[in-house]
Amino acid sequence: MIRARVIGAGVAGLCAAWALARAGVEVELVETAAAVGAGCSRYAGGMIAPWCELENAEPLVACLGGEALDFWSRELAVATIAGSLVVAPARETAELTDFARRTKNFCRLDADGIAALEPDLAGRFPRALYFPAEAHLDPRQALSALDARLASLPNVARRFGVNADALPPAPDWTIDCRGFSARGALPGLRGVKGEMLLLRSDDIRLSRPVRLLHPRRPAYIVPRGDGLFMIGATMIENEERARVTARSIVELVNSAFTLHPAFGEAEIVETGSDVRPAFVDNLPRLTLRGRTLFINGLYRHGFLLAPALAARAARIVCDGVDFPELTNAHSGERAFA
Amino acid sequence: MDPLTLYDANLGSRLLLGTARYPSPAVLGEAVRASGCEIVTVSLRREAGGGRSGESFWALIRDLGVKALPNTAGCRTAKEAVATAQMAREVFATDWIKLEVIGEEDTLQPDVFGLVDAARALVSEGFCVFPYTTDDLVVAERLLDAGCRVLMPWAAPIGSGRGVNNAFALRALRAHFPDTPLVVDAGLGAPSHATAVMELGYDAVLLNTAVARAGDPVGMARAFRLAVEAGRAGWRAQPMTPRDMAEPSTPTIDRPFDQNA
Repeated sequence: MIRARVIGAGVAGLCAAWALARAGVEVELVETAAAVGAGCSRYAGGMIAPWCELENAEPLVACLGGEALDFWSRELAVATIAGSLVVAPARETAELTDFARRTKNFCRLDADGIAALEPDLAGRFPRALYFPAEAHLDPRQALSALDARLASLPNVARRFGVNADALPPAPDWTIDCRGFSARGALPGLRGVKGEMLLLRSDDIRLSRPVRLLHPRRPAYIVPRGDGLFMIGATMIENEERARVTARSIVELVNSAFTLHPAFGEAEIVETGSDVRPAFVDNLPRLTLRGRTLFINGLYRHGFLLAPALAARAARIVCDGVDFPELTNAHSGERAFA
Repeated sequence: MDPLTLYDANLGSRLLLGTARYPSPAVLGEAVRASGCEIVTVSLRREAGGGRSGESFWALIRDLGVKALPNTAGCRTAKEAVATAQMAREVFATDWIKLEVIGEEDTLQPDVFGLVDAARALVSEGFCVFPYTTDDLVVAERLLDAGCRVLMPWAAPIGSGRGVNNAFALRALRAHFPDTPLVVDAGLGAPSHATAVMELGYDAVLLNTAVARAGDPVGMARAFRLAVEAGRAGWRAQPMTPRDMAEPSTPTIDRPFDQNA
């Protein structure tokens, strides 16, 4: 039996542990924090939106992301497929036109169509794009669910509060899923700061994520149930992890308020800030060094990309398969080197 | 040869690119190469965060192999802009600063009063100031009085992609300041817009959104390079003066002149 040590219990590490364990590998999952999701995964939007992401991501992201829909909604059964709604303030309708040009698998809605989907948004926007096949999940719930499933498998040992550096070398394979913390080992990995906000309001109900387009301050609002809404996320080329700025909060609250004025009276439940690990092309990478495989560079697509990357990591470990589109450096990186 | 001189630099390219809003730094890098530009602008205010935590991105900019023109985007007062310029001087080891003092958050219209104050302060500290300004002639005078040696008037509001809003004002600026390098900054959307301002005799154009948010940023960077070259070459070749009447390029010898009168 192949043995593998997975380092890091964020979404990439948990998915990798799951895929390896299901493929019959004996898995040791090691995490320095006391529980799952202590890193940037906990602040994710949790939108499984491969086609919306085409707005600013390369086709590879949508292609890999398609696999996540099935994984989170059927295999793990933690995601809801209720689609994504995309709207723009009246003076920013050009943003909606551009968004439609870059994405696919949507239909166009008029004001009545919006009202039928989201009654609380009735009369607020003249038109929208609707991506019916997309899903959303609560990242913390999803991480816990995945951890619980791992705990039930006989070939998985989970070790929290343990620093992998202090352990003896891994038996066969090491799967490094440390995200930004692996930066010393992965030249070219950078952090892109993101800040989020959790609001509570009983005055508004949404059934699906809503993206609010704006040339400088695009934002999304994801319903988390029980009156909770996640508002995200800033994108700043900066590597400071835990520092939420007043300006960012103003922008995020303003976006929520633009979507619906009831958010003005919402309770601020939590603010969060961390950095997304990204390579220069903002595409994920499987980096193979001997018998260490790094899964990294998931950028703003952790939950969207982790299942597909984990599945390929398992094929590499078990079957020696190569995935050149993920293991070779993208041309962009060569150009920068 | 038709070099452009901006302060102490002689440049072959008349296109300057901003570095924000690209799909990735890799696409930015390819766009910079396709554009042939020799100067890129880069913002520092927000990226600086609590210190030097923007360093990874700045290092990517330095590695582009072109001159970095740091900007003070996001600054709302002269004081903020001066402080940002001082930080930029350290980060990019340059005295060049693209000065932006924003007066109105929604339209990002320059606060021309703060702009003149900040320009004066920065020039006295030895900076080479590239002020982002409106097309107002008197403000331009004041900026030159303050010691600016380059002017960067807008064509239209930032990110609007409208092209030249007020050709009369841009022409007037060109006519009043024949020897000052004039760079159109902001408001261009299509390559033809860049050609149009170059045909007005402007020295260069600065773009960001038009390239970064195009469907194919690299292809658009190439298109703008050609458009800027075309406009410049057209201006240097002295376009014919438009006429109200048709002017046959072949003489119509079979008809007496008075019939055409």
